[in-house]
Amino acid sequence: MEEVLLRFRGFVVGQLNQLGSMLLLFLDILKTIFSKRPRWQETILQTYKIGWQSQAVVVVTGAFTGMVFAVQTYLQFHKVKMDTAVGPVVSVAMTRELAPVLTALMVAGRVGAAIAAELGTMKVTEQLDALRSMGTAPVDYLAVPRFIALLFALPLLTAESMFFGIFSGYLVAVQMCGIDEAYYLNHMYQFTAAKDVVSGLIKAVFFAMFIAVISTYKGFNAGEGAEGVGRATTQAVVVSSLTVLIANFFITVIFSKIIPV
Amino acid sequence: MIQIQDLRKSFNGAEVLRGVDFEVHDSETVVIIGRSGGGKSVLLKHLCGLLQPDAGRVIVDGVDIEPLSERELTPIRKKFGVLFQGAALFDSMTVFDNVAFPLREERKFDEEEIGHAVEHALSIVDLLQAKDKKPAELSGGMRKRAGLARACVMQPKYVLYDEPTTGLDPVLADNINNLILRMRDHFHVTNIAVTHDMTSAYKIGDRIAMLHEGRIHAVGTPSEIQATTDPIVRQFITGTGTIQQEVQRGAETVH
Repeated sequence: MEEVLLRFRGFVVGQLNQLGSMLLLFLDILKTIFSKRPRWQETILQTYKIGWQSQAVVVVTGAFTGMVFAVQTYLQFHKVKMDTAVGPVVSVAMTRELAPVLTALMVAGRVGAAIAAELGTMKVTEQLDALRSMGTAPVDYLAVPRFIALLFALPLLTAESMFFGIFSGYLVAVQMCGIDEAYYLNHMYQFTAAKDVVSGLIKAVFFAMFIAVISTYKGFNAGEGAEGVGRATTQAVVVSSLTVLIANFFITVIFSKIIPV
Repeated sequence: MIQIQDLRKSFNGAEVLRGVDFEVHDSETVVIIGRSGGGKSVLLKHLCGLLQPDAGRVIVDGVDIEPLSERELTPIRKKFGVLFQGAALFDSMTVFDNVAFPLREERKFDEEEIGHAVEHALSIVDLLQAKDKKPAELSGGMRKRAGLARACVMQPKYVLYDEPTTGLDPVLADNINNLILRMRDHFHVTNIAVTHDMTSAYKIGDRIAMLHEGRIHAVGTPSEIQATTDPIVRQFITGTGTIQQEVQRGAETVH
């Protein structure tokens, strides 16, 4: 029993230690952003890799989520003759929840894994030590450009996902389910406000920070060899995804207090 | 001058350095020898602050680097060039960009000056023809030479070499040894190399220090080391060890 308690204590201390280290990394990144000249070339390259190259996966995710959501809500609303409610339900769900969360999850999987694997490999092949030995802090050269790129790209990807989700939901509802186009659009505009879109985009900003800091931290602290890099990559994706899902709940609760529905 | 005083370092409870005391004088080439896994690379990484000691001090040109933060270490680190064991070239860059990296980071030079400096460094290591290649396209020896060019392009005061000839054939190893000597003669740098290649140690070293069981066990010129009667040094430099000794070492490790 005592051994179990000791192990549990060790686990809790280890997790708190990691959390503290991630917070310090986050503060170091912020300090560097505001105190050093930005590395535009590297930031643009990372924005291209993280943002531009993630578009296909984000568009497909957003579009098919909108489509399936339209079909499911139509099947339920049709029973109570409220077919045109599909429009606002799809658009509000996409803007407030589905687009920011699903986009963040897809980006955590695609980009978070890539960041952790790249930085982890650099660590085990002593490339991080080489950077430090030349007087370049890995945070300046590697973490900050990825952080800025994610901060810029994720809200844009989220907006793209919102658009394709709503548009594909509209196509399915009108073309497949036969809902009247004018009523559909009218109700959608009536019940979807700018604050829905803005709250979704603000969530994306938070999610971008979580993914960037967690993936960078896991990469910088990868264990030895291929196994260490593999473990760092898996942990980056799992921890980022869970953080996005858990943080989404709390951000939603806070938003509901600040911006009443 | 670099002074190492009572340097101690442990990893997961295993004591690797157990109180290293040593001095490296300006413009000399010191070779640190010792068994694989004996802490030579760990010692080397302490010299430019890549590792923090558990106890003891490293003093570089009168500055104790132990209490310095990562950012405060930057000016100290700029005095060093490091050739890592696997060269540690940046995968995403060409050889040219790798060698140009420290110059570009300095943000003092224009591209023309950088081009001249990089080509000069690459010509010294005879790698000018491979400047547009990526590290993955290079052989082990070419990677080491590119790493050497990168370590020396800023003309640092100290150059650290981590196993510079390991994994190379004797001809390439001799090539690297000659390059290290050429660097010393061209740029008057202070070289500190860790190796277990005795041919290399005799050729490049002004002094040889043996790291044994976490401490500096013996120091001397190459001829003094060759002539020593110390059984531990003799066993290492001649490469002889009885099977009984190996078994005993293994048993001690297990216990």
